Amino acid sequence: MPTDRAEFFQGVKSAGAPLLAAMPFGALFGALAVENGMSVFEATLMSATVFAGASQMVGIDLFGAQIAPWLIVFSIFAVNFRHVLYSAVTGQRMAQFKPWQRYVSFFFLVDPHFAESEHRAERGVPLTFAWFIGGGLTWWVVWVFVSYLGALFGSLIEEPENYGFDLLLPIYFLSLVLAFRKRANWLPVVAASGIVAVLAFHFVGSPWHVSLGGLAGVAVAAIIGLPKNHRMVV
Amino acid sequence: MSTTMLVILAAAVATYFTRVAGHIVLSRFEAIPPRLEAALNAVPAAVLTTIVVPSLAFGSLADQAALVVAGVAALYLPPLGMFAVGWLAVVTFRAILG
Repeated sequence: MPTDRAEFFQGVKSAGAPLLAAMPFGALFGALAVENGMSVFEATLMSATVFAGASQMVGIDLFGAQIAPWLIVFSIFAVNFRHVLYSAVTGQRMAQFKPWQRYVSFFFLVDPHFAESEHRAERGVPLTFAWFIGGGLTWWVVWVFVSYLGALFGSLIEEPENYGFDLLLPIYFLSLVLAFRKRANWLPVVAASGIVAVLAFHFVGSPWHVSLGGLAGVAVAAIIGLPKNHRMVV
Repeated sequence: MSTTMLVILAAAVATYFTRVAGHIVLSRFEAIPPRLEAALNAVPAAVLTTIVVPSLAFGSLADQAALVVAGVAALYLPPLGMFAVGWLAVVTFRAILG
């Protein structure tokens, strides 16, 4: 049985290359949050408390568009809804955890750390609290710090349109949509969401294209169901 | 407290809720019903698609072209590489097409 200390540092190491790849996006979040009217403190606080990259980007995108506050919260909630699946799966692997350790750990259940803990479980290594916190805390500290740096930097830039910054969010979201392409039902879901979103944007108006389009894609997935032998892909 | 602070804190509570709810609710099922899992699995792609399509359908020609280039790049490059290509494409196309 490895010591807690060794497990903790194994966890820190598990963040690895994906963390390096995520750092620029944390900085981008900070910079765009400030461009969309947040203070440096608010941008950093959002990274520290919400701690979910894609949904933070959605939040600041809508924040810049002057949309009703509850709709911003709802959209962030919708983007993060996938975590329900992660916690159902990871929770079953936390047999060794005390209840408070589970509820602390779930705060750190970001996509890459979920993927890493599944990877570990597949190798037959049981999940430990020290390992989980080692990885989760590493993600958190780095994510908050680069968001802060990005926000500081963003507050120095005068005219962001000149640098194409306003299109960086759509590009970022496009990259996420395409990264999901190995998931079950991806094409019918994206097609349904896309078509309904365009129609809703044109006939109903923003921001309803988000909820109506999203609902259409989710409904299509529920109607098709899952193939046999389905395995969750992160 | 400012509206922004309220939005951030409410979003934080909502997000933490999604991270514990699966354990609390879905762990009571023997297995997650397949259609429910399919629906939950589809949520991020469905929601994120709706945020991209307005720029793709109604944006300027330069922005549409940049998104297409970024989309093709995404099939071959890791996220960061795709992102760099996309950014370069926006700046270039906006300079050329105005």
